[in-house]
Amino acid sequence: MASLAEPSPSAEALDAFRIEARDWIAAHFPPALKGVDMSRSALEGPSDKSADKEAWRIAMGEKGWGTPTWPQRYGGGGLSDAEARVLQQELARAGASNPIGGMGVMMFGPTLLEFGSEEQKMEHIPRICRAEVRWCQGYSEPNAGSDLANLQCFAEDKGDHYIVNGQKTWTSGGQWADKCFALVRTDKSKKQGGISFLLIDMDAPGVEVKPIKMISGLSPFCETFFTNVAVPKTNRVGDEGQGWTIGKRLLQHERTNISGGRMGGGVSLSELAKACVGTDAEGRITDGELRARIAKLEMDGRAFAATAMRVAQEGGVSVASSILKINGTKLMQERSELLIDILGMQGLGWEGEGFTNEQIEAVRVWLFGKATTIYGGSTEIQTNIVAKRILGMPDMG
Amino acid sequence: MAKLSEEQEMLRDMAQNWVRGESPVGAWRKQRDADTVAGYDSAVYGEMAAMGWTGITVAEAHGGSDFGWMSLGLVVEECAKTLTASPLVACAIAARAIALGGTDEQKAKYLPAIASGELVATIAVDEGPRHDPATITSKVADGKINGTKAFVAEGDSAGLFVVAATDGLYLVEDGAGVTKSRRQMVDHRSHAEVRFDGAAADKLTGGGDGLLDRVLDHARILTAAEMLGMSQQAFDQTLEYLKQRVQFDRILASFQALQHRMADLFGDIELTRSAVEAGLGALDSMGDNGDLGQIAAIAKARANDSLHRMSREMVQLHGGIGMTDEFDAGFYLKRARPLEAAWGNSSFLRDRFARLGGY
Ligand SMILES: Cc1cc2nc3c(=O)[nH]c(=O)nc-3n(C[C@H](O)[C@H](O)[C@H](O)COP(=O)(O)OP(=O)(O)OC[C@H]3O[C@@H](n4cnc5c(N)ncnc54)[C@H](O)[C@@H]3O)c2cc1C
Repeated sequence: MASLAEPSPSAEALDAFRIEARDWIAAHFPPALKGVDMSRSALEGPSDKSADKEAWRIAMGEKGWGTPTWPQRYGGGGLSDAEARVLQQELARAGASNPIGGMGVMMFGPTLLEFGSEEQKMEHIPRICRAEVRWCQGYSEPNAGSDLANLQCFAEDKGDHYIVNGQKTWTSGGQWADKCFALVRTDKSKKQGGISFLLIDMDAPGVEVKPIKMISGLSPFCETFFTNVAVPKTNRVGDEGQGWTIGKRLLQHERTNISGGRMGGGVSLSELAKACVGTDAEGRITDGELRARIAKLEMDGRAFAATAMRVAQEGGVSVASSILKINGTKLMQERSELLIDILGMQGLGWEGEGFTNEQIEAVRVWLFGKATTIYGGSTEIQTNIVAKRILGMPDMG
Repeated sequence: MAKLSEEQEMLRDMAQNWVRGESPVGAWRKQRDADTVAGYDSAVYGEMAAMGWTGITVAEAHGGSDFGWMSLGLVVEECAKTLTASPLVACAIAARAIALGGTDEQKAKYLPAIASGELVATIAVDEGPRHDPATITSKVADGKINGTKAFVAEGDSAGLFVVAATDGLYLVEDGAGVTKSRRQMVDHRSHAEVRFDGAAADKLTGGGDGLLDRVLDHARILTAAEMLGMSQQAFDQTLEYLKQRVQFDRILASFQALQHRMADLFGDIELTRSAVEAGLGALDSMGDNGDLGQIAAIAKARANDSLHRMSREMVQLHGGIGMTDEFDAGFYLKRARPLEAAWGNSSFLRDRFARLGGY
């Protein structure tokens, strides 16, 4: 089944690249950051500008290796998939995390590379590669969630620019973002066909954000209001009315990323269960049902990883992203539930005495994780996509 | 729904009206934000006591109404619907332990105070984060107890503890030799660590060898009633929402995938309701029937599984709103997990059921 899209570089060339990568990392990676996860910092919370982190971000950004497979002419690393995998291994070996991330890297960049004009790519991609600009996603509205095409936020044509009015909601990181890629309505007479893809400065006059508190206690998303916001037409990606097509492609990137996030990372559930629950003479976890659940999760996790690999080899981002998202998020949630189940009451701390930071973090992750089956197109919507687009099962209307 | 007596129907209606009027979820939100150590408002518990709820399962001779567990279950279920915080469940269980195992003197000393709502009492059994009554190490010598109890429900406000020690249950009053440490948990209710360093301990000598198991079975069944109320409310509210939220120019409730989901959840909760009612009924009718262990395991395991599922579905089916603190769904999710872990998670209870069944 597998079909590799590109010829693989020779083994010798890869070995040479491995040495190059290893040397470069040794020369540039601040040892103090060993084991520090920087992948979330681009997404969540205000930027952390400590000197080491800044230095590492700048080094990786200038080298283009934070976005290793993106074209070099736009600031990417220009590496092949095989080289990028080697780089990934070498970073992991050094305990280094990729400081270049966020929605710009995961969703917007790849979409702009596909649909943007040359000027737009030159303007935005290099700054994403260097993590200089934070992007947020202005898709959902109070009455346009699963039914995204129902969005009403309106961009009125004013010749060389639009005037945007309307509300977005659940805008992740909106309070920290510099720019927003938004779906707006440019034509009220057509549902999907009346949507356009606009890039909006978050500090433009008339943009207001109001953070929303989440069940995990944090406020990582916002309501975003646009009141007479002027947006130059040069900030429209694609043609007028092409927003739905572009916006959906971006969602495929989003889904692929959500499904892969933090899978398999963290503590070993079986080791934790051994310690918390105990083992019999043969070293088996004494709670047989728990043992079976852990085994099932690990087995399904491996099958999932194999599927993700297969999808990548068979041609990148596609409707298969729906299958990845459905299953990846299900496994992540099951993992979180298992983790607190193993810890019992100790796994349910909110703050204060008697709990480690890791235990409290696990509770917050468990709660936040409930969002993964909702955002990026809910599990139900993905299931509809699989039924209709892959299986050809028709709508009764 | 079990066939209720006229008095029981009146009690349920009264509870329903009080909860709706005086203790909606908004009251819990205020309590949560107030973030007090006790985890509930003692004025509210006073109101419950004034309505006689704190004495429903206490004998008339000791100041209660002896109205039974089915009746108390109705009240607990209604209170749980809006997450009304109180030590009602903990007190009823502790009082039961005293009624089953105490001397006349012990009963006379404590039961009237519990029945009137003056005294908060609770059972202190587990010593680790997972329910495991087989590994108790707290020890009593010369009438003094030593040991540490973990995550004691309502432990922060309790004036009396029914403590499981290696050789049985003991009554220990709060005071010298008792140290409480608050644990701030995801449900914002009280689950204190309680350390006993030579505190005076008065043994419950009656009730036989199976006393602890019987007390725990009471706790399992009454906790299951609480969880049933939460599941029911989470379900009702979700159904209501699906009937009014419009996407794709139609209400979400018109999508067959969601109709099937809700129909399935409905049936699931109905089975749990039967199991919980069977448990409450068993506590009322058979007293020491040997089957109680299995009946309690069924009730609590079903309540665990139904609430686990429903608390997740409530968030999921509300979409983005379900994830916000401003909306109530998170409260149900956060209260569900500590209750699931209390007195046996489902795998513990299934194991217990199988053992009692001889396999
Ligand atoms: C933490 C978080 C972060 C987010 N970040 C962003 C962001 O950065 N930018 C952005 O634009 N949006 C963001 N979202 C919004 C997210 O994309 C929407 O919440 C999602 O699309 C669902 O829409 P909704 O909340 O309106 O739920 P609804 O569409 O009202 O859905 C409610 C429930 O009904 C189900 N449902 C809906 N239609 C059907 C159907 N036809 N068949 C079966 N079931 C159906 C849904 O699956 C869901 O379970 C975020 C959401 C969360 C929770």
